[in-house]
Amino acid sequence: MIKTDALIIGAGPTGLFTAHQLKLIGLDCEIVDNLDKIGGQCIELYPDKPIYDIPAIPECTGEELTNNLLEQLKPFNIKFHLGERVDELKKDNEKWKVKTSKGTEFETPNVIIAGGVGSFEPRKFSPKECEQFENKTILYSIKDKKIFDGKTVSIFGGGDSALDWALELSKTSKVNLIHRRDEFRAAQATVDKVKELSNAGKINLITNSQLKTVSGNGKLEEIEIENDNKETKKLKTDFALGFFGLIMQLGPIANWGLNLNKKTVEVDTEKFETNQKGIYAVGDICNYPGKLKLILSGFHEGALAARACFKLARPNEKYRFEFTTSSKTIKNRLGVKSD
Amino acid sequence: MAKITYIENNGKSHSVDVADGLTVMEGAVQNNIPGIDADCGGGMACATCHVYVKDEWFDKINKKSEGEDDMIDQAYEPKKNSRLSCQILVSPEIDGLEVHLPVKQV
Repeated sequence: MIKTDALIIGAGPTGLFTAHQLKLIGLDCEIVDNLDKIGGQCIELYPDKPIYDIPAIPECTGEELTNNLLEQLKPFNIKFHLGERVDELKKDNEKWKVKTSKGTEFETPNVIIAGGVGSFEPRKFSPKECEQFENKTILYSIKDKKIFDGKTVSIFGGGDSALDWALELSKTSKVNLIHRRDEFRAAQATVDKVKELSNAGKINLITNSQLKTVSGNGKLEEIEIENDNKETKKLKTDFALGFFGLIMQLGPIANWGLNLNKKTVEVDTEKFETNQKGIYAVGDICNYPGKLKLILSGFHEGALAARACFKLARPNEKYRFEFTTSSKTIKNRLGVKSD
Repeated sequence: MAKITYIENNGKSHSVDVADGLTVMEGAVQNNIPGIDADCGGGMACATCHVYVKDEWFDKINKKSEGEDDMIDQAYEPKKNSRLSCQILVSPEIDGLEVHLPVKQV
């Protein structure tokens, strides 16, 4: 059981800056994120796209913004729990007990949800019949590639994940690569390599086609694909892999008794607290009259939520507002010299 | 201003007036039309404002943006006439546009 003053859910820009604000005012915090990397939407959705509306930064990419925020957090030793989704949140006396998908447990008076539009989950195949095979012979990520040795694997998608795996698995498996159009969004060098292997008969490349249905007895045996002219084709296969990117799902947050509005959490604008005491929501996931889904709004919301956390984490102390330019205490925390 | 008709997968139809300069996605969100999620808010980063545009309209609306097809790859049941509604601009020329919504967005 990890005890901390505040637990932040989400390692996107808002979560990172909120951590900075908590540490500045002398509180501990830890961060959990379902993704296996830091940066949230900035890294997952648009690492290379320039952002032009971060105050005092005329232009930076999602990746640069994330790196700068991490640089700003350097004086503090923040513990990240990546690749873990917060599944349970229960009130225990005045504290919140939190449990993640990997079984990590926290006890904290404050939980700050900085979860963007929820957690990233893989997009799935649309035919209903797929469900019975999911996580067994229909997969959306690969943990152990050895299970495919000597088998027939049908890979769907046109991005880097689909093509990289098609190349990799073609060494040890029979690979069908199926994509809905004949252009690919994967890196050109990868696309060239796939076409080369396709010409050499080492990858069965099928374009302008999509999955129509699947069948099998207990495990996947056959897939049926349909092309743009509505012609269908059946393929024997042992596995089907779908790489259609990630989708954001609110996930377990929906079960925590919070007031929700569509996919957002309602908060007040003083503490950014939800209807549950000690649970706050900041950044894209929070909602209040006039809410703007801008990164700069997330920074403001995090700064205020951090101050609210102080009251619950240090009930016997009084919070004193200080500037980083003049406070000796803050400078000590930052490890910089005071004048 | 243009009248835009959004037809849900169950056949239910919603016709609204949308101001010039907005996108077809914004027209749906502002009028609380179900079936357009627009998770990323118009950044062409999520494919949850996916619509089907009838053939007769497909060539009249503005062309696909660079990268739009890459996102449509990730949409639910994409077809030849798939578009992201956040990339369709509203102008008087598209008055009467009908878009069909997919079974779901994710």
